[in-house]
Amino acid sequence: MLPELGLVSLLLALLLSLALSVLPLLGAHRGHGPWMATARPLAYAQLLMIAISYALLTWAFLQHDFSVAYVANNSNSLLPLEYRFTAVWSAHEGSLLLWVLLLALWTALVARFSRALPAPVVARVLAVMGMIGLGFLAFTVFTSNPFERLLPGAVDGRDMNPLLQDVGMIFHPPLLYIGYVGFAVAFAFAVAALIDGKVDAQWVRWSRPWTNVAWSFLTLGIALGSFWAYYELGWGGWWFWDPVENASFMPWLVGAALVHSQAVTEKRGNFRGWTMLLAIAAFSLSLLGAFLVRSGVLTSVHAFASDPDRGMFILIFLALVVGGSLLLYAIRAPKVETGKPFAATSRETFLLANNLLLTASAAMILLGTLYPLLAEALDLGKISVGPPYFGLLFILLMAPLVLLLPFGPLMRWQREDITQPMRWLAPWAALAAVAGVITFFAWPDGTAKTAFGIAGAVWILGGTARFMWQRMRSKGSRFTAEMTGMLLAHAGVAVFVAGVFITESTSIERDVAARAGDQFQLRGYEFRFEGVEKHPGPNYLADRGTVRVFRDGQPVAVMHPEKRAYLAGGQVMTEAALDGSLSRDLYVALGEPLDQSGGWALRLYVKPYIRLIWLGSLMMALGGFVVAFDKRFRRPVATP
Amino acid sequence: MNPTRKRRLWLILALVAASGVAATLVTLALRENITYLYTPSQVYAGEATDQAVFRLGGMVAKQSLTREYGTLKVSFGVTDGDAVMTTHYDGILPDLFRENQAVIATGRREGDEFVATQILAKHDEQYMPREVALAMGKAHEKHEVPAAAQGAADKPGGY
Repeated sequence: MLPELGLVSLLLALLLSLALSVLPLLGAHRGHGPWMATARPLAYAQLLMIAISYALLTWAFLQHDFSVAYVANNSNSLLPLEYRFTAVWSAHEGSLLLWVLLLALWTALVARFSRALPAPVVARVLAVMGMIGLGFLAFTVFTSNPFERLLPGAVDGRDMNPLLQDVGMIFHPPLLYIGYVGFAVAFAFAVAALIDGKVDAQWVRWSRPWTNVAWSFLTLGIALGSFWAYYELGWGGWWFWDPVENASFMPWLVGAALVHSQAVTEKRGNFRGWTMLLAIAAFSLSLLGAFLVRSGVLTSVHAFASDPDRGMFILIFLALVVGGSLLLYAIRAPKVETGKPFAATSRETFLLANNLLLTASAAMILLGTLYPLLAEALDLGKISVGPPYFGLLFILLMAPLVLLLPFGPLMRWQREDITQPMRWLAPWAALAAVAGVITFFAWPDGTAKTAFGIAGAVWILGGTARFMWQRMRSKGSRFTAEMTGMLLAHAGVAVFVAGVFITESTSIERDVAARAGDQFQLRGYEFRFEGVEKHPGPNYLADRGTVRVFRDGQPVAVMHPEKRAYLAGGQVMTEAALDGSLSRDLYVALGEPLDQSGGWALRLYVKPYIRLIWLGSLMMALGGFVVAFDKRFRRPVATP
Repeated sequence: MNPTRKRRLWLILALVAASGVAATLVTLALRENITYLYTPSQVYAGEATDQAVFRLGGMVAKQSLTREYGTLKVSFGVTDGDAVMTTHYDGILPDLFRENQAVIATGRREGDEFVATQILAKHDEQYMPREVALAMGKAHEKHEVPAAAQGAADKPGGY
């Protein structure tokens, strides 16, 4: 009975979203107050209905209701309690419900925190968000109903994908989805401004905090996903340029560009059309990501679920969203760039360069990701684009970004003699060069790559510190939240760059054939393999290895990598053992038994400073959050 | 020319130059990093001769896995139903690697055998990588054998 109620409330939510996409919009068009006023209650009611539906699905998981097909496919009576909560979004139908829930949550939050905005604006923005909700609710109800019954009910479930039975998976999908869906807010503000025909910079001020928060969540989601892949997939890599990773990275890059161009548009009025296009692009790329992940058109490490019909639905929805918004843009966009003029060496120019580099990277990744599809359509054979393509081009495009980053904040708006910032930054450039040279000669096993990483990090950190010092020295200027956030995020870029280059250039990875008692030396660490024993878990049986690690004869860590065989589905999973610190990670994973006499394949990795990658990402995300809390955005808007 | 026009001209020239450089770089990088997928029969038919590095797709032949004692060296047969190609690999096989399951090996041909640098065996029991299924289907078509693999290609990933 309860699952049917879940479907009913989902259908009610569909009707509410239909009302939300029509009524307020008509009201705003005709200047009809009461119709416009329906937007807020409708948004709240929609959230309530979806929340009920979501709670009922969770309840079905908690109660082991295997008469629901989705539960039977993705849970099992042995599944531990905490994973019964996360199993809700472990496959297609449930993750779509989570997506819809988060979209409704964003919509309700916009409704709640938009009291200072004029009524027609609120009505239009919420209506656009209602349309997006309508699309996804229809998708859920008509192609991916999570409440579908299984008759007769299954005796036991097929179990949740063991890859996803992990703490990281509790947070990764919600964070990522909050980010993806959050770009819908900037999109809705942009489209609402286009519908209104008032394409001034006002909508940008309203949507800036939302964009920053969405981008920060996306950053957290991607970083957590990368960390999860690092220790759960058992390969020890942190980024694979896999299509699904690319799908989340493209909106991130465009979102980063959007965060910067919105700042220019809000403060100076320049780049209006461009900012609008970026807002449309960021959300469209989020939708494209959903399409790539869900349709299974690409072979990927984590294409867990795939179904061509569903892919077609998203593709049509994507075409409607992109086509519709671009058409609207073509009709209504500002014909003349009305911003203030700026010189070739001004902060505007540097932010423009930032935007071009970020969007070019996104375009490059898009091309590489879709190229196999394109080649297949043109009958050029079945191809795959290797990670070196992405790696090489990404570094080529990001190198100038790193080089230009410290200049941005130090430049003045409109006009600046570039010699002044150059003079300020010269000592830091020198210091970065010296740091690079020292690294090259003194870093254990350091290469030119390590040196470039350190030099780049010192350069960004120094330039950012120079800007901070300048602000503190000048009288009467305070640190706004906006500025603090920017400094934090830029420092995060420095930490990230250092982490990537050090890890990539100095990691040691060795696959060995080991039997009990064998010892292996890696970069001063001695790994002693003590054998493998059987070890039962709640819903799996593990082969549990013991590896003792010593340095200079002193014990450093005892590590227990596992090979788990899950009882319900029979899948085998590698559970790597990590001993992490800021300066290095020790990583041991069990490969496979090699013979009957206790020989095992082992992966032994030493990864210096790999944690900086995620620390840097965390700093960028925090920076984005801090900016969103700038008081300026909460000041009531003066009526024009 | 007035200054505005002059600036615009420079901007356009710069954009053209930049996109030219970008297009060249992307093309070069793509050409270097594309790998094609072939089945063993396609390889023996000589379709892969112009590719130094390519991906070999198929099923791991039954009872073909052998290990060299005390090392990580393994060899196994990759089959598409028509031809079997012995494949050598020195490293740890993925969790989902099993005999009679789909596999994609990246590497190069040496004589009549294949030396892999990377082995992928993803997806669960019911699912075969779409591209492998399609390639195998093609191999079957050529020999006028009913394509058993086609059904697997359309099946969603078990969820």
